[in-house]
Amino acid sequence: MAKILGGIATSHIPAIGVAMDKGLEQTPYWKDFFDAYPPVREWLYKQEPDIAVIFYNDHGLEFFHDRKPTFAIGAAAQYENADEGWGIAEIPPVTGETELSWHIVNQLIEHEFDITVCQEMKVDHGLTVPLTLMWPGHRYGHIKVIPIAINCERHPMPKPSRCFDFGKAIGDAIRSYSGNQKVVVFGTGGLSHQLDGQRAGFINKPFDLYCMDKIVNEPEALTKLTNFDLVEQAGSQGVELNMWLAMRGALQGMLTELHRSYHLPISNTGAGLQLLATSDAV
Amino acid sequence: MSQVSHIPGNIMFDGPMATKGYPLNKMCYSFNNADGREAFLANEDDYCEKFGLSVEQKQAVKNRDVIAMLEAGGSIYYLAKFAGILGLNVQDVGGLQTGMTTDEFKAFLVQQGEK
Repeated sequence: MAKILGGIATSHIPAIGVAMDKGLEQTPYWKDFFDAYPPVREWLYKQEPDIAVIFYNDHGLEFFHDRKPTFAIGAAAQYENADEGWGIAEIPPVTGETELSWHIVNQLIEHEFDITVCQEMKVDHGLTVPLTLMWPGHRYGHIKVIPIAINCERHPMPKPSRCFDFGKAIGDAIRSYSGNQKVVVFGTGGLSHQLDGQRAGFINKPFDLYCMDKIVNEPEALTKLTNFDLVEQAGSQGVELNMWLAMRGALQGMLTELHRSYHLPISNTGAGLQLLATSDAV
Repeated sequence: MSQVSHIPGNIMFDGPMATKGYPLNKMCYSFNNADGREAFLANEDDYCEKFGLSVEQKQAVKNRDVIAMLEAGGSIYYLAKFAGILGLNVQDVGGLQTGMTTDEFKAFLVQQGEK
């Protein structure tokens, strides 16, 4: 059966992609942030995963309000990135995967998550920045990606508890797949930030640290929160914690936290990085 | 009914706001394409008209008034693309919304790590 080796939660701030394009990783503003990543990359290189399931939110590249799914999954052999309008460089196509995607879709519908399926899907910085962070220099072509988009923009949006359960259903689907694939699951975005309104610039470091603490062994402390709680405590875009919760939901059994770091501010955001390995990791 | 925001300085982007903001957001969505960006810059008024912006939305765009755009149903995801046309990043936009200079806004962000 396919195995989930672990989960990685990482920020997906566009400015990170821009900094990498410009080679600014070792400048004073960025150094501490980027220096946190090599241990996670080394773990990935050692584990040699075949497939990355990436929970992210589309920021208006693929989905506009004319048709905006609450939950959507890609089932395509390849995903293109494209111009997002404000200057982040486009990256080469991302390799997809269709058989496990369809298996997940079947299992999700069976377990009452009636998801939107996309056989073409442009992926934006929410997905491409984490990919570039993990495999710098666009060396991600070997890994098959299954993108899963969660609406984090327009209320109503799925509740934290629902996102966790959604992740759990996906984890169960992966573990029931008859192959020997090795899978890593990514939760992207967050942590606290607010881009809009007079409250712009709001960051809540204690809350972010609390989330990183609880997500390891007590995620129910977070799934009992409402999206309104998240907006209040983590800012209007802090609802991206929902992607971390989906990632955590996909993991089961005893977890080993191999990495945790947090930097503030990166752009307008408290930027977290966390690696949770399952007992199936090498 | 629109969800009432109880969080000061926060404008909750919900269904009714998405309805109100649709023309504005649709215009800003078009800024994903270079053609859309160029057409806007060539003639802002015509471009706003093409997407059927309300009087309130047109005025907010003309004034580069981010708060007014949000109040008129703008979603920050799309307004960020508009900001890109103007050469503004999210710290500039943060400053515009909070009455700070960009440098003051950046300092404000740093201060929150010291709490």
